[in-house]
Amino acid sequence: MITKRIIPCMDVKDGRVVKGVNFENLRDVDSPVRLGSYYSECGADELVFYDITASAEGRRLFSDILVDAAKNIHIPLTVGGGISSLSDFERVLGCGADKVSVNSGAIRTPSIIGEAARMYGSQCVVLSVDAKRVGDGWRVFARGGRDDTGLDLIEWVRRGVGDGAGEIVVNSIDTDGVRGGFDIPMLTAVCAAVNVPVIASGGAGCAEHFLELFRRVPTVDAGLAASIFHSGEVKIHDLKNQMARASIPARI
Amino acid sequence: MSAVPVTIVDYGVGNLFSLASALDAVGGSSVVSRDPDAIARAGKLILPGVGAFGDAADKLRDTGLGDAVKYAAGRGAYLLGICLGMQLLFDRSFEFGEHPGLGLLRGDIVPIADDIPDGYKIPHIGWNSLSISKPNRLLDGSLSGQYVYFVHSYHARVADDSLAAVTEYGAPLTAAAAHENVFGCQFHPEKSGRVGISIIDAYNKL
Repeated sequence: MITKRIIPCMDVKDGRVVKGVNFENLRDVDSPVRLGSYYSECGADELVFYDITASAEGRRLFSDILVDAAKNIHIPLTVGGGISSLSDFERVLGCGADKVSVNSGAIRTPSIIGEAARMYGSQCVVLSVDAKRVGDGWRVFARGGRDDTGLDLIEWVRRGVGDGAGEIVVNSIDTDGVRGGFDIPMLTAVCAAVNVPVIASGGAGCAEHFLELFRRVPTVDAGLAASIFHSGEVKIHDLKNQMARASIPARI
Repeated sequence: MSAVPVTIVDYGVGNLFSLASALDAVGGSSVVSRDPDAIARAGKLILPGVGAFGDAADKLRDTGLGDAVKYAAGRGAYLLGICLGMQLLFDRSFEFGEHPGLGLLRGDIVPIADDIPDGYKIPHIGWNSLSISKPNRLLDGSLSGQYVYFVHSYHARVADDSLAAVTEYGAPLTAAAAHENVFGCQFHPEKSGRVGISIIDAYNKL
């Protein structure tokens, strides 16, 4: 039986993982290379590296680090952040990424989804969306959640999948950072709208929130989080055991 | 350490970096090659691949690498196809039309959707468990129940007794096949954590 995936996400800036990294017994823990290797070994189902540097110099550093990190990661690796052209796809795939996550770049240039899917296959193209409740629905926001694009979330993800996106990451701005659990209504709506894997992001504050996610949105495929894993508050091995005890399929 | 380096066939398709890293991790050595002569002479080959069958089959034919792989396998070199690289080993595929494969394994590549009930997402992406139906030198029976990473929308309908392993996704999907010196994994061993690395290790040691 296919399992529900648990995905740590590393935001990388100036060559370091940001967001509360605090592991006991692991030195140099904010190194993406060390942390990536650790997660690959300890039961994470997939990793996301997110490049949050803006400068060209920062981007080169990120690419160099990605190569080192990918050498020791033997699980699927998704890379995002600043992806806005096919040459960005080419660059990160060449550094060892398996999938490329595109967010604001797809809002600016929607054709990138179809072009990348034709060039590298749909399995390579992840559409990542930041969304927020507005009125009765949800709107897509750009630039890390700062700009309301006016796009309807459900229409946007349907269009993305129609164009060739192979997976969707849904990040709820409303629940992100609140640590009160995932955005169940938003995720339910997205899962009902598309027939490709959906990855939930934003809001996990404890292991129970993942159990709630998989129980209440049975068709969601994965839960993604950053700081609760990096801080050691939620240990992936323990989380997987809790999932198994709750009869949620997990790779242990 | 294996005496025979693994030659990874580079025809412009697939994550060669991950394969080379996985071989490094088991103490093996690898060379990436797009030279038909070197591939025809190789003792042990990996045929990677992601994307569409038709494009990949065209590239294999146009570069002469398909013939080189067939020649090597025909004289007994070990060959491991991974994901699309496995599908290319079969007779033909029905992905966007009909395309001939290398014909080293018997059977056709068909849409998963034709063989499973409605309600399952396509592609089949994620970690799913193996059920070993016919153990071989890469996949022994102890791997039954172990999880490996899949990402595919098509699978092989194996036409003879070379089906080695299946995975359950509403119905059994082909996870691995083997015939003599030719092996195929639909999943990605290089992306399947420790279980996958153990499979790469077994191949390295052949």
